[in-house]
Amino acid sequence: MARAERLPGATGKRRLFGRLFIWSLLLFAALVYLAPLYVVLATSLKDLAEIRAGALLDLPHELNFAAWQAAWSEACIGVRCEGLKPYFLNSLLMSIPAVIISTVLGALSGFALSKFRFKGANAIFSLMLFGCFIPLQIVILPMAQTLGFLGIANSISGLILVHTIYGISFTTLFFRNFYVTIPDDLVKAATIDGAGFFRIFWRIMLPLSQPIVVVAIIWQFTQIWNEFLLGASFTSGGAQPVTVALNNLINTTTSVKQYNVDMAAALIAASPTLLVYIIAGRYFVRGLTAGAVKG
Amino acid sequence: MSHRPAGNKRPSVLDRLSTVLPQLVVAPSFLLILFFVYGFIIWTGYISFTNSRMLPSYELEGFRQYLRLFAMDRWDVAFNNLLIFGGFYISLSIVIGCLLAVLLDQRIRVEGTLRTIYLYPMAVSFIVTGTAWKWMLNPSLGIESYIRGLGWESFRFDWIVDKDMAIYVVVIAAVWQASGFVMALFLSALRSVDQEIIKAAYLDGASTTRIYLGILLPSLRPVFLSAFVILAHLAIKSFDLVVALTGGGPGYASTLPANFMYEMTFRRNQIGLGAASAVMMLLTVAAIMVPYLYSELRGKRHG
Repeated sequence: MARAERLPGATGKRRLFGRLFIWSLLLFAALVYLAPLYVVLATSLKDLAEIRAGALLDLPHELNFAAWQAAWSEACIGVRCEGLKPYFLNSLLMSIPAVIISTVLGALSGFALSKFRFKGANAIFSLMLFGCFIPLQIVILPMAQTLGFLGIANSISGLILVHTIYGISFTTLFFRNFYVTIPDDLVKAATIDGAGFFRIFWRIMLPLSQPIVVVAIIWQFTQIWNEFLLGASFTSGGAQPVTVALNNLINTTTSVKQYNVDMAAALIAASPTLLVYIIAGRYFVRGLTAGAVKG
Repeated sequence: MSHRPAGNKRPSVLDRLSTVLPQLVVAPSFLLILFFVYGFIIWTGYISFTNSRMLPSYELEGFRQYLRLFAMDRWDVAFNNLLIFGGFYISLSIVIGCLLAVLLDQRIRVEGTLRTIYLYPMAVSFIVTGTAWKWMLNPSLGIESYIRGLGWESFRFDWIVDKDMAIYVVVIAAVWQASGFVMALFLSALRSVDQEIIKAAYLDGASTTRIYLGILLPSLRPVFLSAFVILAHLAIKSFDLVVALTGGGPGYASTLPANFMYEMTFRRNQIGLGAASAVMMLLTVAAIMVPYLYSELRGKRHG
């Protein structure tokens, strides 16, 4: 890549200023990106008197975890005063099955669409691919009616179904584009040896799929955990996922606005996906770019 | 791909089944998409031509909902906001993302750490982002009051409660969230440019600036296009950020089409109108995505 060090004219002072300029821009950007996280964290650890004093960027005088306690299990969301905990569990109960089912279906369809080019495979893939990009507003009304018809309106099962269906497009895209890069000869050889579809999938493809499985799981988990529109449209009260509950908490009007509790709640709601990002950021980035760059 | 057993025996049912197994495996996923995506698009499209209010009705009444939609100031504001929001969101994210990628490409020792910092907002939900920025931009306790506290008494930064500026607050938070993603796109593309061309340019005495402007950035044209398309479709779908940050306010000054759709469908018992606005959103997305996906898929097949 273009290395400043190798630049013929850039020696001595000029080079030093160049490096200084680059570094200051990069560090300034880093501060801007980190500022909201810092402010939210600092606010969540302050008491209300300190917050009202208005020193937004100051460190808390002492670490006060009362707001975290309140956000987790005491804060009032609507009429229930149990904090975010029940909704956090809802989100877990909703995400885990939806992630697993959509990943399995996506892996199988991706394999079939990439290694067995039957008639119409490309058309099927194109139709599924467009499903990644539709605005979900276009399916909300029929979905609400269908969930009601199936008897799973306002339930976690309903959300699992919805997230599974609208996740399949993405997982199929991930696996199909990954399997395309694996040589067809591998499958052909196994077929000649008499191995069937599932045997090839299980014995040959899956052991090679570890990276893309991680990408798909992380992508699906982040998407489903962070989703708001579907949760807000199809659930109310006790069945809401954590994003919807957080928004209700922030907008619940109480006599005294507890900013520290709001901020702690925001961090609690963000923690699972942030944790995944910190542990497996590399795979997260691959998921983001998988659909964007020609494979 | 057929694998019938050798010999002259007629293929058994099981063998015939195994030749269509790939189709059978795709079938459930495909049928789900066919029904829940395409079936539902037709369903919503149908509702948009009816007089549905609180409950869907199936009595057609032509384009009346669309005429009502286009006559509404609220829709007008939402669509103009989409143009403002989309324009700034896309261009600022691309400029900042591209700049950060080029700077990070200068053999920076802590590149990994900086990359992690620039990209973490992408792992957080729009609701959390909105909550955080709403707090920081709140005039009485946020940035405005902090800077006033430092001694600059007349400092003003109250866009979030200003009906002309509220949409720009949404732009700020959205760019904060997405620019790191654009950075990642550009950085990975910069890294895959052919090293020989760059070496040759150095030997010819080209400066770093010239190499970036003349060789590297032009070769990234497909990445600019990808970034544009992805950001554009995210802009059209934007909903949660407005809900958490401004609630669409003051009044309805910062609503986007997605918020309009939700408001009409779930709060005002105007299901037909909500459906018509959803169709408009789909058409806008399709106008951008269909040509893009078509060229991507074609390119892949020929390449």
